[in-house]
Amino acid sequence: MVKVNGVQLNIDGKTIAEYIKTTQYDIRRIAVERNGNIVPKSEYDKVVLKEGDSLEVVGFVGGG
Amino acid sequence: MVLTEEMAERYSRHFVLKEIGVSGQKKLLQAKVLVIGAGGLGSAALMYLAAAGTGVVGIADFDRVSLSNLQRQVIHSSGDVGVDKTLSAEKFISRLNPDVRVILHNAKMTVDNIQNVISGYDFILDCTDSFESKFLINDACVLFKKPYSHAGIVRFEGQIMTYVPEKGPCLRCLLGGVPPRDGSITCSSAGVLGAAAGVMGSLQAIEAVKYILDIGDLLVGRVLRFDALKMQFSAFDFPKSDSGCAVCGANPQIRSLADNRAEYEGTGCM
Repeated sequence: MVKVNGVQLNIDGKTIAEYIKTTQYDIRRIAVERNGNIVPKSEYDKVVLKEGDSLEVVGFVGGG
Repeated sequence: MVLTEEMAERYSRHFVLKEIGVSGQKKLLQAKVLVIGAGGLGSAALMYLAAAGTGVVGIADFDRVSLSNLQRQVIHSSGDVGVDKTLSAEKFISRLNPDVRVILHNAKMTVDNIQNVISGYDFILDCTDSFESKFLINDACVLFKKPYSHAGIVRFEGQIMTYVPEKGPCLRCLLGGVPPRDGSITCSSAGVLGAAAGVMGSLQAIEAVKYILDIGDLLVGRVLRFDALKMQFSAFDFPKSDSGCAVCGANPQIRSLADNRAEYEGTGCM
């Protein structure tokens, strides 16, 4: 199980990009941190989530 | 600096706060804060910075007040439609607090002028309405070592974080770069709740005051997200900068704003 924003999810083995595609997040307007480190966008389709990982995902909007 | 009797009365509610007091008020009166964007976020930020007695408040905006602004840009009034936003905001501030010296920058912030503008201030507020301008402000603050408050708002949601040089991630660490424009989202079609913009702008003013007074915990390495429909605040911790960040990382590719000009150009509204 992988913890995403505090919630346990069964997404072991998926890349970050694969997981995000299953959500409502716009992949171009989010920041992702895995186990305390920011994941650069270029790595979203390379990082494979594993048991015990902890992700923080936050969306950004640009209006003012 | 000596506080007048009138100031003592005006700021009396600050004096009794142990985190502020007379010495804190003096710091505020000597501080210089720049607000870029006198719109939805900027209105609230400017009103509260002025009320708090920020000594010098800079306002950067190139736009004029339009009727559709007044649903949320509460520093302007119906009689100001057609007037420069900088002038309209200055008028409000002068009536609220004559202790505040207002400096107007009636221009769009660009690669060619932003360094000069921000150099005169202690703290910057990004109250702009596009990712292009948000990244320009971010990169300028990183390159020229200025602390700033980032915020954004659309519909009923917003986020805010604070950048202090060398102390935490910048916007580019988190987002990488300006997201490609999504043709389906436009200013007028997405909409925004006025008071939600007010909440985020007020939070930005709070961060500016805390920075000046060196009190409390700043949103450095922390993104606070607000959902007005669910009435929830959520905090996300990103304590470390991205060592590969193109502007603040170990081997920055963006060493001057001019190098990256194309990324910053584009029209407003997300």
